Amino acid sequence: MSTATDTIEELVKTEYKYGFVTDVETESAPPGLSEDTIRMISRKKNEPEWLLDWRLKSYRHWLTMTEPTWQKAHHEKIDYQAIVYFSQPKPKKDAPKSLDEVDPKLLETYEKLGIPLRERGRLAGVAVDAIFDSVSVGTTFKKQLGEKGVIFCSFTEAVHEHPKLVKKYLGSVVPYTDNFYAALNSAVFTDGSFCYIPKGVRCPMELSTYFRINAANTGQFERTLIIADEGAHVSYLEGCTAPMRDENQLHAAVVELVALDDGEIKYSTVQNWYPGDENGKGGIYNFVTKRGLCKGRNSKITWTQVETGSAITWKYPSCILLGDNSKGEFYSVAVTNNYQQADTGTKMVHIGKNTSSTIISKGISAGHGQNSYRGLVKIAKSATNARNFSQCDSMLIGSKCGAHTFPYIEVKNTTASVEHEASTSKIGEDQIFYCNQRGIETQDAVNMIVNGFCKEVFKELPMEFAVEAQKLLGVSLEGSVG
Amino acid sequence: MSKQPILEITNLHAGVENKQILKGFSLTIYPGEVHALMGLNGSGKSTLAAILAGRDGYDVTEGTVKYLGQDLLELDPEERAREGVFLAFQYPVEIPGVNSTYFLKAALNEIRKHKGQSELDAIEFLALVKEKVKLLDLNDDLLKRSVNEGFSGGEKKRAEIFQMAVLEPKLAILDETDSGLDIDALKVVSSGVNKLKRADSAQLVITHYQRLLNYIIPDHVHVMADGRIIKSGGKDLALELEAHGYDRIVKAAAVAA
Repeated sequence: MSTATDTIEELVKTEYKYGFVTDVETESAPPGLSEDTIRMISRKKNEPEWLLDWRLKSYRHWLTMTEPTWQKAHHEKIDYQAIVYFSQPKPKKDAPKSLDEVDPKLLETYEKLGIPLRERGRLAGVAVDAIFDSVSVGTTFKKQLGEKGVIFCSFTEAVHEHPKLVKKYLGSVVPYTDNFYAALNSAVFTDGSFCYIPKGVRCPMELSTYFRINAANTGQFERTLIIADEGAHVSYLEGCTAPMRDENQLHAAVVELVALDDGEIKYSTVQNWYPGDENGKGGIYNFVTKRGLCKGRNSKITWTQVETGSAITWKYPSCILLGDNSKGEFYSVAVTNNYQQADTGTKMVHIGKNTSSTIISKGISAGHGQNSYRGLVKIAKSATNARNFSQCDSMLIGSKCGAHTFPYIEVKNTTASVEHEASTSKIGEDQIFYCNQRGIETQDAVNMIVNGFCKEVFKELPMEFAVEAQKLLGVSLEGSVG
Repeated sequence: MSKQPILEITNLHAGVENKQILKGFSLTIYPGEVHALMGLNGSGKSTLAAILAGRDGYDVTEGTVKYLGQDLLELDPEERAREGVFLAFQYPVEIPGVNSTYFLKAALNEIRKHKGQSELDAIEFLALVKEKVKLLDLNDDLLKRSVNEGFSGGEKKRAEIFQMAVLEPKLAILDETDSGLDIDALKVVSSGVNKLKRADSAQLVITHYQRLLNYIIPDHVHVMADGRIIKSGGKDLALELEAHGYDRIVKAAAVAA
């Protein structure tokens, strides 16, 4: 009998549509890491002495550390001497002064990715900073932002133009001693985005950074620092893609957020690094440290992430709730298909009084994908009347994938209230058949069911991203049900 | 010129994993007709519904099923649906987070695309929904919720009938739609079914109890036992069943055979 939904196991090849390589001349350091490499990066960027010192301190500390192995993800040992730590498109003359001087091939790349850097695109109203391999290609809408006093530029530029701010906040949330990859990043980071919203300013548009790894054997180590001063509000988006390559590439970024009194930062990520092919060959190792500090009273930080790419995703966007009445939120959708592995979650550290946090995590596993939620809710002794609500739901598609949940809860104050809910469901053949019987084909049915499952997270994303995320989810799970 | 049947099942043998369930089932349904298929649990009623809708896991070993002249068994479940076969499920599944209206609009547009009609936009679709809500005298709250999520048994069945009203199938199969309904819900559901009766479409109402047939008046009643129809008749047959139970008819059929 010729019915559909024969098995729920059959996997077909998924096309990764951002897998092209841009042919630009690059200027790269030879592979390998040493103090000389770091001095070279610092010199190329014409950095002040204090930053070079910081990098070297980080590097020396990194040498004393060992690679962590506690995560539920397996990979071949990374050869840190085989990685290229600095690669940049060869500048035509000097550094481009405006977008008109940027290599048209680079602009084309971003057009192809749907990220217009010219200041009238379909994402009108979103200011974009684009990072190609290790350097910032250009930032849009600078003038309009400048009128409000908003600083949004590449990290390199910030080091030169706003050294006081950088010096004050760099490493203040994620110190270089924090972990192995944060230390590595602190030593070799090449660029990233910097953003400062002054007192009482509500940023007039969404800010966005688009990361692109192009060159082979290159690691991308970017550094993002966002500061919302008293009463300031900002919504920041981050997107990422990379070409398809057989070898694994390392992406070890650090993101630091600081919200002062009544400040609010909303940080949204749609991560679509190349996930490797259907046999698990190639793909990005996404080992990222993201942390926000709710430093002031009534401050608020929201992390929203949609993680569909990377061979291995390993990150825990966290909130330190230091200010009284501060709020932390974490909304996450993580998808693993084929041989992808994700170990992701959050840490909510309650220190101030009346602090509250919300965690909504949706993990979707298909193919041989392994998806782990790992989260820590810590209520310090000082955190009177702290509140947390956590909800971790997993969905399994097929029978070869896995979902794992590792919630850690530490409570040192008896007035705290911590709730944790968890569920695991399987996309049922019954659900798919029900959709089929209404004329909806299997692939569309899976998309519909998965999108329904992720609804609570998608509604937290800015509109353009929500649409993008839904489409992306469809592509990632294409062919996951036969 | 005789009319073309909507459904023509001939000598159907089918089962699961070597267990024969249907053993020579035959039934012909013409446009405009309402057929009631009655029988004890385990007689094969729901298996028949599942095979007609194309659920996976059944093996057809013998016989044919023609739908509007074409081989129904050759079609994928979604193709059958788009061709106008609708199954009102005995146990409609929940799809959390998927809005009922969105779901139904997607379903209707698949059918419309298949027929070469333009897809309805949100405004046109809502107008249609409004019309059907009025026709069936339903509470449209259900449409604002996720598909069947947290619905009571009665609400699920009403939602099924509502979907049927919007999708306007050529052949509607109602699989024990009356099970688990109280009298009020039963009335609502059956009045919906009656209102949806059309000259160019047909309904196959599968039920265990005669009571549904107090509200839905069938043109033909069939009694099923051990995988096939053992007696067919008019609506009086249902009353006979009610009065004397299945036993007598099953025994009489056994003697006749």
